[in-house]
Amino acid sequence: MKTYRSMVLVSSDPESIERGAQQVFERLQEEIKAFGLEDEVSLSMVGDVGRHDAIPIVIVYPEATIYGPVRPEDVHFLVEEHLYKGRVAAGLQAPARELSGRIAWLSARKGTLPAEKRIVLERAGIIDPNSIEDYILHDGYAALGKVLTEMTPAQVIEEITRSGLRGRGGAGFPTGLKWSFVSKAQGDNKYVVCNADESEPGTFKDRVIIEGDPHSILEAMTIAGYAVGAREGYIYVRGEYLLAQNRLLQAIRQAEEMGMLGDHIFGTNFSFHIHIHSGAGAYICGEETALIESIEGKRGEPRSRPPYPTTHGLWGKPTLVNNVETLANIPAIIRNGAAWYRSIGTPSSPGTKVYTILGHVNTTGLIEVPMGITLREVIAIYGKGMKNGSAFKLAQTGGSSGSVIPASLQDTPMDFDAYAKAGVSLGSGALLICNEDTCVVDLAKVLMNFFRRESCGKCNPCRIGTQRSYEILDNISRGNGTLADLDILLELADNMNQLSNCGLGQTAGTPVRDVLKYFRAEVEAHIRLKVCPTGVCPVGKLVSVS
Amino acid sequence: MTTETQNKQAIMNAVEAAIKEHGTSREELIPILNDINRKIGYLPQEALEEVSRRLRLAKSQVFAVTTFYRMLSTKPRGRHVIQFCESAPCHVVGGREVWETLQDILKIGEDETTPDGKWSLITTSCLGICGVGPVIVIDDDIYGNVTPEQIPDILARYS
Repeated sequence: MKTYRSMVLVSSDPESIERGAQQVFERLQEEIKAFGLEDEVSLSMVGDVGRHDAIPIVIVYPEATIYGPVRPEDVHFLVEEHLYKGRVAAGLQAPARELSGRIAWLSARKGTLPAEKRIVLERAGIIDPNSIEDYILHDGYAALGKVLTEMTPAQVIEEITRSGLRGRGGAGFPTGLKWSFVSKAQGDNKYVVCNADESEPGTFKDRVIIEGDPHSILEAMTIAGYAVGAREGYIYVRGEYLLAQNRLLQAIRQAEEMGMLGDHIFGTNFSFHIHIHSGAGAYICGEETALIESIEGKRGEPRSRPPYPTTHGLWGKPTLVNNVETLANIPAIIRNGAAWYRSIGTPSSPGTKVYTILGHVNTTGLIEVPMGITLREVIAIYGKGMKNGSAFKLAQTGGSSGSVIPASLQDTPMDFDAYAKAGVSLGSGALLICNEDTCVVDLAKVLMNFFRRESCGKCNPCRIGTQRSYEILDNISRGNGTLADLDILLELADNMNQLSNCGLGQTAGTPVRDVLKYFRAEVEAHIRLKVCPTGVCPVGKLVSVS
Repeated sequence: MTTETQNKQAIMNAVEAAIKEHGTSREELIPILNDINRKIGYLPQEALEEVSRRLRLAKSQVFAVTTFYRMLSTKPRGRHVIQFCESAPCHVVGGREVWETLQDILKIGEDETTPDGKWSLITTSCLGICGVGPVIVIDDDIYGNVTPEQIPDILARYS
């Protein structure tokens, strides 16, 4: 393996590209060459580094010096000072106070900030996502090699089962069990489907995983194919994620050229092909049976379950559907063993979880931490506290179908079981942190507006329930609600939960129910006093009498 | 050649290119519609009819799929399409003010196009760029941390 004296990383998320990251990268190439440093310095574009106040960002290792925002005309000075003369390029450094998720972790390697635990994002931001060589140098395809040469399919499933990995799409279903269902299902043709239709509001973990480390998904899907007896795989990527699609297409080409995907992988008898399927804008397609319908070229309307996709999935064949983050755990589990995986996180929910931290905190971004961390820790350590010293009022987890968590629950460990016991949902890992200026009626209205628009319309409880709930919330926000409306809202939430065909309708009422459970007085103020205590809603502000 | 036949030719070329790229099996319907929508800006009636003929699908099926997905449009749109994210993460950090400003300046509402055909304004669900909300996307350009004051400057970049 070639060693370099310095490693230079350039952020290349869509916003960085928009602000000239490509030009900065090209200037870096020219300047490094001009100083004759091309054998000593490696240069890569690394996707989203999680810090958007100073993009495009250039990070130089091993010093972990962060420069940003870097303009093309700064590059000559930067290369001359830092890479040629070996000292920090004065004046170009990014302000140090606002370290966010990714960079917080990058810096943690120097022991300056609390470390995250990265498994699924281990390589994202470190390697060049366009280079299979880079992936291989960082343990890439080692797990696939091990599986194909040393393990039987049953042993692979056994290892995943023992690791205790649970699906990261939101429901937390045990992954090993799902694999064994598909493995045991009758049928010649089976499929592995990667659900990359990430559309849960506030969630962008899957995008960052794919953009930063696309090969890890290909490797995991191939391992899954071997384990369950499938020869074809589909990645369903949401239509808006163009960069992710291109990274995957490129990765597939490279892996096929190297013999790590396609026919006779690693020279064995096992063959596996992966296809990319782009969505076209529909939240519901994240539901696994709607996703399957969409791959088949139809409207993304969920099917009735049972039968489940594990026996009747894509084209009626047994199909394994796993989320991106779930799959990204697989290679590490195979390489390091189930016992290692169980040593991280909590006993009932081993491993890590990727969270997106948003809203009224000082630092928004993406973190990967062991399961079981509390909301208080997330806000204090990774969010760097509430914005402008404001008070934490509530968090909304897991996108729109997640729960509303009041401040009183912020010390509950975040894992599947502890949260289920507290009656809240971990969902997809989005943490929308809201301060005291947030109105719960307004928030519930925005969330219900989302469901009303995204309901596919196939079943009545959801189609009518979401629309009617929105109308009632809108009325309340205008001061036209009645107390009886609150009973109707709860009844609608129950009806949707019990009668809807799929998860969208079943969870659509959750935010409303949570709001009425924890913040009923605030909602009633809109009705009884015709006042919005936070002054957000159109009904009029609370005037303090002094 | 009249403009009308030129338009028709452009539509047929787009359909042809998409089918050449993806083939004619049912599972390729959405990728084909995506390609045509990108090239023409929307999916005109003629395009849908041609796709249904070539893929041997009932017109109703093609229309049903087209109207289901948000990224596919059956209506012509303006030269520039502004997508505004209306999901909760953008909403709580000032998205509502941005939305009101956009409507005030362009004098159009949601899903409308300005009379001069320059702008269309549409809302969208989360685009996965929530770290920098409020977010608007104009054509393929992403703008994050948008404030109402910045909007005139942003719009002025487009001709």
